[in-house]
Amino acid sequence: MTALLSLVLAIVLSLGPSDTSEDAPSLEVVNVYSSRHYDTDDALYERFSAETGIKVNLIEGNSDQLLARIQREGDLSPADVFVTVDAARLERALQAGVLASVESEQLEQRVPEFLRDPDGRWFALTRRVRLIVASKDRVPAGAITSYADLADERWRGRVLIRSSSSVYNQSLVASLFHRIGAEATQAWCEGVVANFARTPQGGDRDQVRAIAAGEGDVALVNHYYVARMLAGEGADREAAESVRLIFPDQDSSDTPLGGAHVNICGAGVVKNAPNRENAIRFIEFLLSDAAQEALAEGNFEYPVVESVEVADVLKRFQAFRSADVPVSAMAEKNRDAVETMDRAGWR
Amino acid sequence: MSAPVGRLSALGWTAVAWGVALAVLVPLAVVVASLAGDSDGVFGHIVETRLADYAGNTALLCLGVATMTLLLGVPPAWFVTMHRFTGRRILSILLLLPFAVPAYIAAYSVTDLLQPAGPLQQLAIGEDGVRWWWPRMRSLPGAVVILSFCLYPYVYLASRAAFLALPSSLMDAAKTLGCGPTSAVVRVVLPIAAPAIAGGLLLVVMETVADFGAVDYCAVDTFATGVYRAWSTLGSPIAAAQLGSVLLGAMAVLFVFLAIARGRRRFHATGARSHTPHPTHLHGMRSVAAVGVCVLPIIGGFVLPVGWLTVLSITSGDRRAGELLLDHGTATVALSACAAVLVVGASLLLVEARRINKTWATRLSLKASYLGYAVPGTVLAVGLLIPLAWLDHRLNDAWTWLGGERLGLVLTGTVVAVLLGYQARFLAVGSGFLQSGLDRISPRLDEAAHSLGGSPMRIFARIHLPLLLPTMCAAMLLVFVDAAKELPMTLMLRPFGLDTLAVRVYQLASDERLGEASSGALAIVAVGLLPVVVLSTAMESRMNRMARAPR
Repeated sequence: MTALLSLVLAIVLSLGPSDTSEDAPSLEVVNVYSSRHYDTDDALYERFSAETGIKVNLIEGNSDQLLARIQREGDLSPADVFVTVDAARLERALQAGVLASVESEQLEQRVPEFLRDPDGRWFALTRRVRLIVASKDRVPAGAITSYADLADERWRGRVLIRSSSSVYNQSLVASLFHRIGAEATQAWCEGVVANFARTPQGGDRDQVRAIAAGEGDVALVNHYYVARMLAGEGADREAAESVRLIFPDQDSSDTPLGGAHVNICGAGVVKNAPNRENAIRFIEFLLSDAAQEALAEGNFEYPVVESVEVADVLKRFQAFRSADVPVSAMAEKNRDAVETMDRAGWR
Repeated sequence: MSAPVGRLSALGWTAVAWGVALAVLVPLAVVVASLAGDSDGVFGHIVETRLADYAGNTALLCLGVATMTLLLGVPPAWFVTMHRFTGRRILSILLLLPFAVPAYIAAYSVTDLLQPAGPLQQLAIGEDGVRWWWPRMRSLPGAVVILSFCLYPYVYLASRAAFLALPSSLMDAAKTLGCGPTSAVVRVVLPIAAPAIAGGLLLVVMETVADFGAVDYCAVDTFATGVYRAWSTLGSPIAAAQLGSVLLGAMAVLFVFLAIARGRRRFHATGARSHTPHPTHLHGMRSVAAVGVCVLPIIGGFVLPVGWLTVLSITSGDRRAGELLLDHGTATVALSACAAVLVVGASLLLVEARRINKTWATRLSLKASYLGYAVPGTVLAVGLLIPLAWLDHRLNDAWTWLGGERLGLVLTGTVVAVLLGYQARFLAVGSGFLQSGLDRISPRLDEAAHSLGGSPMRIFARIHLPLLLPTMCAAMLLVFVDAAKELPMTLMLRPFGLDTLAVRVYQLASDERLGEASSGALAIVAVGLLPVVVLSTAMESRMNRMARAPR
């Protein structure tokens, strides 16, 4: 029995935290808590390691879990960098006091002012647009132009969208709070729920596939998912080609919404980062030309560095007008957004 | 009667037993105590908007899965036990295969196989482009079907054991009294087999309530996913624990109800040894029907999900295979092995304490150890996270106060948290298994050893341990596999930088990258096959023994 227990103890200790937070000083590391989950990122991190000799330790998870984790771990957290795919989560992390200010001339120069925290606690890495997609066969051009349309009776039983647990939907609804107020947002949610073609399920790509399969006619998805499908092959490409992409609310005269909903993916240095210098270098690297090109070309996101070009697939899309909603507003209204969706019965 | 022990040692053993049971009781107590906590209105919001869904879906799911596992599990058990037909032997073993497929993996695979863009629907589109009606797997009925095909082996095993134990004298008596075969089954066999089958059904219901991955994927909101959402999306561990305690209350009511129902009806065989009934041979159409009844659950529960994963893995999974199997596979094996040793070690202490010191206190501790299995992993995880996070910070405060360097997160930041989680959830597997093993060792052996001057420790080391060794190995294997398949608790408690295969497969599948997850999913199934093989050989030898018993 003692032998068994000591064996267990030995294994437990060898699996302990030693290889993350207390590495031998000779080996430089950066501990990244990231809610990005794209293939192309792996290659990017490898490149960073090759260039700098800093090893990237990565934990992936959804934004809320990672943030809750950093908060729970408090000043004992091994986290150096927090990367999230949602503006509201960045702001929430900031309000929770989890992120530290960074002074970096390079970062300030490369990231436009409206895409970073004034105190340097987070920096946007990419931008993503929440688009309406509609079946080319069943929805005539111009039949749907606004987020507001999704709640219209005309689309009863035809709207596809994912669950209210998705941060993309939460931030969209939170931005509606800012644009049209609580009551109208509640009514909008109820209208959309009444229009559901099926129980919200799957990811964004699933919604596009469902349109192709005829389960519904219109859906709400992040642009890069469609772009990725268009750039791919096989059934997914066919599905993406069967839909029309609509940048919502482009014509200011017919809508109070004032433009497409743009979310950001961003990163910040964690307050008690054990490897602060490495964390800053990591974020600087992600905003270098090479990395921005890789993010744009590899995952079809809109780069934040203005000199970097968008991917070829995106050039086919029109230039668009984005809604002017401060990131902090999306964070402030996040809980209201979730509760409103819950009340409307949005799974 | 067991050997008497001194008062001090009796107290010591009681303490040991309760020490082990605390692994389960602490998280449960935290969950219940959370009712007094303040969730900043989140719990009230959940009650108002979601609770009815959670409760309704959980109840419907349990009802549906219970019904369907009965339909899938009992008839094949009847045929392979009471009849002889071509392929019976191999089918009786193959029927256990779905045990190897975790429900979430079956859900990923079958949903993908049957989706509109999937191969079956594409094949079925006629030349005129007309689509037939296809079932939507991502729905409550879909979840019922998927879970049933994965869980029916519990019912199958339980009914098989019940039918095997059926005294042939009873069947003969029924026939003499003028019962036809059908009427004999309805009036004699089923009432006698019912309690055993209900035992299997109870396991099915507990697994259904605890399931996270499959229902999450099928877009069905149950208590298990609700707790996860309250913790993750609504960011309130307190509300999550409070929701968990509502479920605990419901489960407690169910258990009390079952205990009462079971207490009322007892059947006993008249003879000391029951005889297996004489099997009848089936021919022609009847034998075809029997084979059909046995093959259907195997196809739905194993061939379809595993077959499609294999196809995916060959056509698109290769790219991730190395990373999945090497990095995450190694982590999974190491972690599950630790869990197996830990859980079985603790279980051994528990059952031995019960053996040496047969009091109500040790009896209760053993019962308490079973509770963890009846509670979803998400609930246990919340019950562990709250106290462990608190303890971590107090430990560091105390340590720095004493002048030491900061310790870091020694509990929540390491595998300790996950291992404690496995301990809480799988202690039931270990202690249940070891208890039945220990029961087979006659107390007379203890008494004889005691009369020769052996101390309890010596009896334990020289008699129980060697005799229990095979049972311990089997228990370790079961816990190992359960831990390797475990998803929600690992997801919530895993330390920085350690993802098990199950977690990685979940992440890839939720991200619509099933192809890349397929090799990892197949690896989990392969690990799951180990206990199926052991189980089937054990079952075969038991069958042979029963067949050799005098008639």
